[in-house]
Amino acid sequence: MTAANILSKIKENFPEAVLDMTEFAGEQILHVRGPDILTLLTKLKADGFNFLADLTAIDNLTLGGYERFAVSYHLLCHQTGERLTVKAYIPEEKPSLPSVESLWKTADWQEREVFDLYGIKFEGHPNLIRIMNPDDFEGYPLRKDYPRLGRKERSDFPVVDRGIQKKKS
Amino acid sequence: MVQDDIKSNVLTTTLESAINWGRKNSLWPMPFGTACCGIEFMAVLAARTDLARFGAEAIRFSPRQSDLLIVAGRISIKMMPVLIRIYEQIPEPKWVMSMGACASTGGVFDTYSVIQGIDQFIPVDVYVPGCPPRPEGVVEGFIKLQDLVGKEKLADYAPAPAK
Repeated sequence: MTAANILSKIKENFPEAVLDMTEFAGEQILHVRGPDILTLLTKLKADGFNFLADLTAIDNLTLGGYERFAVSYHLLCHQTGERLTVKAYIPEEKPSLPSVESLWKTADWQEREVFDLYGIKFEGHPNLIRIMNPDDFEGYPLRKDYPRLGRKERSDFPVVDRGIQKKKS
Repeated sequence: MVQDDIKSNVLTTTLESAINWGRKNSLWPMPFGTACCGIEFMAVLAARTDLARFGAEAIRFSPRQSDLLIVAGRISIKMMPVLIRIYEQIPEPKWVMSMGACASTGGVFDTYSVIQGIDQFIPVDVYVPGCPPRPEGVVEGFIKLQDLVGKEKLADYAPAPAK
């Protein structure tokens, strides 16, 4: 089954979930509603898109889009070599999505990264804690409304003097 | 006879310069390599520039056995507590070399998560500019540090605080 066939079937079977289908640089992009992502990806995996190449998020604050956040899943079919991008849109208030860790183990750390930098919660994730920032970090730094230079995290450390105090000359 | 023996075998100097001579010619570096400067520091130790010529070939990866901390690379907010702890673990006397643009100023990484110069939080003796510095640059900085160590005055150190 080719990607075009799979996608038309998906659109038939899930008319409410699929918001739009676009094409860019010869690759299909499927825009879907957030809550349905797990059922959709389960179906797509069964249909041949067996490999999760990447999982990342987009903040549409200045870009515009269906919702504030979009989590994009980059799928690859090893049999035909076709690629497919699925974008799941989720609103700004309490952003959360079903975790796809049950489908692909690699989603474990990638969902943790998205959680760390965008604050999107993945329901059903076995260990959703920060992966790169310190555990006591506050805020989600890749959101567009987070200041680029941070909120003084980088200047909030104790100042250490020389161990032996030199006399002032 | 005795006179001649003394002439050829006894050297008079001050305690200060003897101590400084020993210290500056046997600095034991502890490399804190977090980025590409760490790779460049390996080249400093290799045959072409060979830091062993300056008595610094004993690289110690334990702060308790070293007296020169070489911070090579950018320090993130997650790494800074580690760096402070390692600095405090080095026994006195100790010196710090800030190697490269990132350790000295943050370099191009002007973001929330990168420390904009380690000298905000720990004392630094020598800065080596470059991105990364060439091995010759590090050797230059090392010789500058040796001069610094050689000029230290024992009398400048305050007595240990009374308990």
